[in-house]
Amino acid sequence: MNAGSTARTLLAPVVLGAAAIALWQLLVVAFQVEPFLVPSPSGIAGAFADTASGIMEASLATGLNALIGLLIGAVLGIFVAIIANALTFLDRMLVPLVAALAVIPIVALAPIFYAMFGAAAETGRQLVAAVAVFVPMYLNTLHGLRQVEPVHRDLMRSYAATKEQTNRMLLIPGAIPYVLTGLKIGSSLAVISALIAEYFGGPAKGLGRAITSSAAASNYTVAWAYVLGAVLLGTVFYGVTAALESFSHRHRSGT
Amino acid sequence: MTAKPVAVTVTNVDKIFRSRKGAEVHALSDVSLEVAAGEFISLIGPSGCGKSTLMRLVADLDGITSGEITVFGKTPEKARKDQDYGIAFQQAGLLPWRSVRANIELPLEIHGWEPRDRKERSDELLELIGLADFADHKPDQLSGGMKQRVAIARSLAERPRLLLMDEPFGALDEITREHMQNELVALCQETGAAVIFVTHSIPEAVFLSDRVVVMSPRPGRITEVIDLDFSSRDEELREDAAFYEGVTAVRNALHGGETAGARGVENR
Amino acid sequence: MSKRAAAVLWGIAGVIAALAIWEIYKALGPDEGVVIGDVTVLPRTTDIAMPHTWDVLARLFEPVTRAAGADVLWWAVLQAAAFSLGIAALGWLIGVTFGLGIALLMQRWITAESAILPWVVLSQTVPLIAIAPLVRRWGSEITIGSFQWENWMSVAVIASYLAFFPVAVSALRGLKSPPSADTDLFRAYSASWWTTLRKLRLPSSVPYLIPALRLAAANAVVGTVVAEVSIGLGGGIGRMIIEFAATASGDPAKTYAPILGAVLIGLVSAGLVALIGVGLRRYTRGGAPA
Repeated sequence: MNAGSTARTLLAPVVLGAAAIALWQLLVVAFQVEPFLVPSPSGIAGAFADTASGIMEASLATGLNALIGLLIGAVLGIFVAIIANALTFLDRMLVPLVAALAVIPIVALAPIFYAMFGAAAETGRQLVAAVAVFVPMYLNTLHGLRQVEPVHRDLMRSYAATKEQTNRMLLIPGAIPYVLTGLKIGSSLAVISALIAEYFGGPAKGLGRAITSSAAASNYTVAWAYVLGAVLLGTVFYGVTAALESFSHRHRSGT
Repeated sequence: MTAKPVAVTVTNVDKIFRSRKGAEVHALSDVSLEVAAGEFISLIGPSGCGKSTLMRLVADLDGITSGEITVFGKTPEKARKDQDYGIAFQQAGLLPWRSVRANIELPLEIHGWEPRDRKERSDELLELIGLADFADHKPDQLSGGMKQRVAIARSLAERPRLLLMDEPFGALDEITREHMQNELVALCQETGAAVIFVTHSIPEAVFLSDRVVVMSPRPGRITEVIDLDFSSRDEELREDAAFYEGVTAVRNALHGGETAGARGVENR
Repeated sequence: MSKRAAAVLWGIAGVIAALAIWEIYKALGPDEGVVIGDVTVLPRTTDIAMPHTWDVLARLFEPVTRAAGADVLWWAVLQAAAFSLGIAALGWLIGVTFGLGIALLMQRWITAESAILPWVVLSQTVPLIAIAPLVRRWGSEITIGSFQWENWMSVAVIASYLAFFPVAVSALRGLKSPPSADTDLFRAYSASWWTTLRKLRLPSSVPYLIPALRLAAANAVVGTVVAEVSIGLGGGIGRMIIEFAATASGDPAKTYAPILGAVLIGLVSAGLVALIGVGLRRYTRGGAPA
């Protein structure tokens, strides 16, 4: 039973993935689908191997923007959340602004940032990622800071602990799992935003520009290879932050 | 009793909670009580009788509406700031990211003890509760009874002369519970602290207390105070006729003076 | 009631404060921004980079271009926003339908869950929206009989694709949320899978679904705007942002108009989903899940 369920959780997705790729390959070959519709997986793999260095370079450029954006957005999100949790009026003032940021397509801000910081610099794209990351970081941190159990609050009050002590010993450590969940969500958003911001103009040497220019030159298979690079980059970001999150969750359960 | 110094006085206290919609709940009405130093007092009554509220008022976790409370002659707020009491709740309320030792040291850390003194004191307390081998464990690795012992050790950390306990054994199984009661009796004899102990278990109140304060709800008030004078509190007391008399007396008080042997009260 | 009024007033104060910070920085900040080393850390304050807030507002009431008969700007933005919102709504509907379907499939057969869920989770985290420029040629190239694939359909597909994932994941969590005491009860009644679904699992999944639907709406809007840009579909907000940004040096305030339009789409879509939530309120009495 146990061996069976392990086999199922590990094997089933692999089998499904392999089957999907095989079917994809088969359909493309059997119906002679043109690359501009969808290239075959083997074609993409070949193009990926051929342009590996270019993909690596572009991934580093986009990845660096995403990383800087992630750091700025995360630090800002946590910081503002801690302050907003302490100062009720700030929290109330930020409600509509954060709500607006949460529902608007952040990448649409790219042209504005380009005008503000110059389209040639990477700052605009980093900021798009940072703003996209800020929203889940802020909301998750604030949520985490408010998840205090009443018994812990009573305890700190009975100790006549100062606000600063309560923050440092109770609220902030308690919020860490939530912060890390925010970071996990933010890591994906950072990559996606940094990449899409490149579609909104400005010279860039990242993956987004490589995809559009390859597509414009009708190099569809190469463009797909760059998409594969983007997928891998996103997986790396997600994998690292998800590992961090599960590590912290494993170390605290029950009170 | 008047000869002894006084730990807590409660004089004509009223507590009214106002809900957001403006509805009022009269949680306590004209409650007066005096707790002597070193005395063990239980507050017992059905839910809604204000027994936890009364304890929280003494702890200055909530404010009184009218009347007066003093703790060692000070206002509850002053007593809280001076750390004159230790407190434990039904939930152990340990911080999950801190080790057992660090949880016990939490109040010491907050009040600026030196690391060396903290370690010394937590060593003593770990020894006292018999969890010295678990000092570096995290709370999620402990059983319910062990967690509660850590919480009690934490409440004793600063050698308070008053312990406030809000159903600390309420979430434990019967066997663990009796065991913890025995330990608490020993701890109290050792420390000589006064205790205000909230419970809804009649035998527990009778076994532990010098006096059982019986309360009734809507509005919360004290209906009777029962004195108990056992020569010793050990396993034999649980089988003793005097113990059963105490249980019956408290049960009758809870039922508003009905005939002895009334059924239906939670009896564990 | 007065509490809500206070919240609204504080919110307005927040928006005003944000606008004030904009103007104060614009007045006090250096034209070239604050530059440390080679990096501009605070934005330029020229009229091109940061137009006055009132200029942005005033620009909305002027014609789009100087050409005779041009629409007034706010009207043009509103039309573009409605166009994008329509595509996003279609994408949202398709995505939600598929997401629910997949979730049901995964709930019904545990093997399906083990096989599909990792891919669903992985895809959610991966910038698959990057393929948007690659479906550009789909328009006019795919014809099935008299049916012609249009570019707006590609945009809707990408929007639905982004809307799909949060719904699939959350719906599955919701369908599996009833505690075993409840499912045991239905089992004891020997209720069929279908009855259990209708009476227990679907109602229990509502608190999980509502945030997912909101997220799906936000994703569909982002997908629509981005796909419009990369596919080159005219008529919507996405293309308008790019077009107006191209003329930013001569008419900086105009750049902000379609961005306000994007904000509007986001708010309207979130509002519409909130209405669905109000309709389903009786299923959310248990409180929102973590």
